[in-house]
Amino acid sequence: MTLKWTQVCLLEEILPNTGCCALYNQMQIAIFRVDSSEQLYAVQNYDPLGEANVLSRGIVGDVNGELVVASPLYKHHYSLKTGKCLEDETVQIQTYPIRVENGRVELGTVSSH
Amino acid sequence: MRDAHRPNIIVIGNGMVGQKLLENLVEAEVHKQFNILTFSEEPRPAYDRVALSSFFSGNRAEDLSLVPEGFFQQNGIGLQLSEAVTEIDRAKKEVCTEAGNRYTYELLILATGSYPFVPPLPGRDRKHCYVYRTIEDLEAIAACGKQSQIGVVVGGGLLGLEAAKALKDMDLETHVVEFAPRLMAVQVDEIGGQLLRSKIEALGVQVHTQKNSKEIVDGNQHLHRINFVDGEHLETDMIVFSAGIRPQDALARQCDLALGERGGIVINDHCQTSDTSIYAIGECALWQNRIFGLVAPGYQMAKVAAEHIAGGSAAFTGADMSTKLKLLGVDVASVGDAHARTEGARCFNYLDEIKGVYKKVVVDAKRERLLGAVLVGDAEEYGTLLQMTLNDMPLPENVDSLILPHYDGSGMTGLGVDALPESAQICSCNNVSKGDICQAVGSGATTLAAIKEATKASTTCGGCTALVGQVLNAELLKLGVEVNTDICEHFPHTRQELYHIVRINNIQTFAELIEKHGKGRGCDICKPAVASILASCWNQYILKPEHSQLQDTNDRFLANMQKNGTYSVVPRVPGGEITPDKLIAIGEVAKKYDLYTKITGGQRIDLFGARLEQLPAIWEELIAAGFESGHAYGKAMRTVKSCVGSTWCRYGVQDSVSMAIQIENRYRGVRSPHKLKLAVSGCTRECAEAQSKDVGVIATEKGWNLYVCGNGGMKPRHADLLASDLDDQTLIQYIDRFLMFYIRTADRLQRTSVWLDNLEGGIDYVRQVVCEDSLSIATELENDMQSLIDSYVCEWRYTVENEEERKRFSHFVNSSEPDSGVQFVKERGQIRPASTDELQQIPTQAIN
Repeated sequence: MTLKWTQVCLLEEILPNTGCCALYNQMQIAIFRVDSSEQLYAVQNYDPLGEANVLSRGIVGDVNGELVVASPLYKHHYSLKTGKCLEDETVQIQTYPIRVENGRVELGTVSSH
Repeated sequence: MRDAHRPNIIVIGNGMVGQKLLENLVEAEVHKQFNILTFSEEPRPAYDRVALSSFFSGNRAEDLSLVPEGFFQQNGIGLQLSEAVTEIDRAKKEVCTEAGNRYTYELLILATGSYPFVPPLPGRDRKHCYVYRTIEDLEAIAACGKQSQIGVVVGGGLLGLEAAKALKDMDLETHVVEFAPRLMAVQVDEIGGQLLRSKIEALGVQVHTQKNSKEIVDGNQHLHRINFVDGEHLETDMIVFSAGIRPQDALARQCDLALGERGGIVINDHCQTSDTSIYAIGECALWQNRIFGLVAPGYQMAKVAAEHIAGGSAAFTGADMSTKLKLLGVDVASVGDAHARTEGARCFNYLDEIKGVYKKVVVDAKRERLLGAVLVGDAEEYGTLLQMTLNDMPLPENVDSLILPHYDGSGMTGLGVDALPESAQICSCNNVSKGDICQAVGSGATTLAAIKEATKASTTCGGCTALVGQVLNAELLKLGVEVNTDICEHFPHTRQELYHIVRINNIQTFAELIEKHGKGRGCDICKPAVASILASCWNQYILKPEHSQLQDTNDRFLANMQKNGTYSVVPRVPGGEITPDKLIAIGEVAKKYDLYTKITGGQRIDLFGARLEQLPAIWEELIAAGFESGHAYGKAMRTVKSCVGSTWCRYGVQDSVSMAIQIENRYRGVRSPHKLKLAVSGCTRECAEAQSKDVGVIATEKGWNLYVCGNGGMKPRHADLLASDLDDQTLIQYIDRFLMFYIRTADRLQRTSVWLDNLEGGIDYVRQVVCEDSLSIATELENDMQSLIDSYVCEWRYTVENEEERKRFSHFVNSSEPDSGVQFVKERGQIRPASTDELQQIPTQAIN
């Protein structure tokens, strides 16, 4: 399985411990930068419990050691690593491969070839 | 719901005790078997006679009401106001009212209370001579006070000093005339009486003891002249008789019930009179040759009578007559055998003439038990001493430690509550025992506010708040319940502690705080809380890169997120006053961006449906039209609502709009533990609903009354009166101090109402801190507030003017397209978010 990487923005465009939303293949993807490192996480921007495209505007933090974003609508916590909702284990959001290359933020999709 | 087949219970008198009886009857479901009918000669249902004097410091008749809304209707109880019962026919079991109506009864309860005793001196019926018992009496006194210079109170007891305060509050030259050699002769001893007198005289009230009034005649300079037996005299414009009470037993006398030698309706342990179908309760009743002139014993009688009527066998076993009160600002308390009349009793005294504090404890001959106490000037130990006396608790080794000052600040908490029996009555107003409180703690009530809600303890006079707090803490300790007050897993501190850490250590960023005083990365609990503390302390632009990540989305984008991810926009409209041009400007912005508009409860205009990327442009136009941020998105001072005030209104007595604007502009942008709503009303009609606000200001003819800690919303709470008749400058000074004290000490997201309910000492404590500066922090609080005011900047102006900041208001980092998930439909000529069903009908490309 190979990943195709596409640049969506620059690392410097994302403030440490905040998120932004990228439009990628007609999908809304929330990207979070943890601390001032190059450690990024990408999940779907749509909050399935709040029913709106807002996750990128949530607060980043940790709950019992798990990195999470808290949805700004009803404060549901989603794991940045697994996409699992901490309050409702039946709910899970999509996560995406992401990396930083020379200051460029790149999202990965499975290459169709 | 009257049912002709049911027998009648008639209750004569709807005072505090009569009303309590009705509530107890309803609780026991007696109202389902009987028709209950109650008569009152007064024109209004039961009100808090104990707090009657607060009528003069700003409270209105409605504020004193004791009747829950809809009580009579919901429970099918008939209430006849202004209709005195004039006759009881025991043979026919019938009562007759002054209107000539007759009603039969199965059971009759006399709750007729007492009447004020007026000494039988010639001239006592002259005009401008009053008694002090009902709201009508007070209204007459208030009216007369306006045209008087001098007022005399005849009677230097508890009620007399209450009346003196009322006259003092009306700015009259006030005199108290007492027959006995000292004030409050029943409750306090010689030294206590002396100290009380000097304190009251220092307030400008002139005290005349050992004065036997002979007659009242025409005065030379004033309306009246009181001649005393000793040849001296006193001239005055008005006289208030407050020389004690007598049981109102006229009806019982008329129908030949057994009475005491000096009056009072004789009752047995079930509160039955000599006719077993007639009960008597409260101040009209005589039990074992004693009249109980306090409300708590009256409540106990009401409970006993109700239980007996419901078929129980409850018994009245007497009541403790200990009291604690504040008279003209002086704390006075009397416990048990205050005069050491028990044989062999010995006393310990403590007198500090500089601070004006006197304390005495009375112990038995063997020095094993406490018999009584007198406290003047400082009554802090009242609760403990009362419990020790009532529960026969053993004395500590050093008896004097009970009354000597505690310079180590340890107080007396170590002495007490564990040793109290379960049955110890902690709250006498609502008859709540230690056992009741422990049970509530066991059921999960772990805060003072929760205890109050569960047990009603400390919700009437508040005198037992400290003791309730001690029982709560001791019980939590005993149960091993660790109440974790940490703000979250990242900080082992409360919000109050974090506030102090930030301020004392001059901490400017979250990163510094969590590194030195916390652990982990923080979360959506501590980050916004710390952001708020930093803003309350240093007032920096909240979207600086180091602060931006801490903010909840509303603060982060300076607007209120709505359910579909769009935002609403609220420009500040100080005091709710707005020019036509500004109204038009808002309308034009709303029209241009197709925003839904709605008038808010805080007298502003809310513009809904703005997309994230539209916010800077919208604000650019609003700012150009002269608006600034309304902080509707922040845990911050929101609005100051006002009525139109004396400028336009026929009834207004002050310019409420100008004051509201001044206050709103003063505190705009101030961030706090939770949102703050304020209001200013221009007269007592209170059209701005100031008493439902965190800070409410109501105009009086002399200035402003300041109310605090009110709330609307989910748990409505009437605000408490903090101070009366303030001038403009003092009003602002007190609000500065109050707000800053709240900001310092409240928990995260704790509104002022809950904050107050959890504060030991309650409103009295807040008054001491804010008005009397008991903690010596007033200047500090004012300075802290001034620095917030001086550093105010409109966040939206700053944001709009900075290109870097504006850039972040974009839905996508890599595209200028809008969020296609946001769709609107029209309703009543305006947009609203499309429902989930409607969204599916709308063709979209990228929803998730």
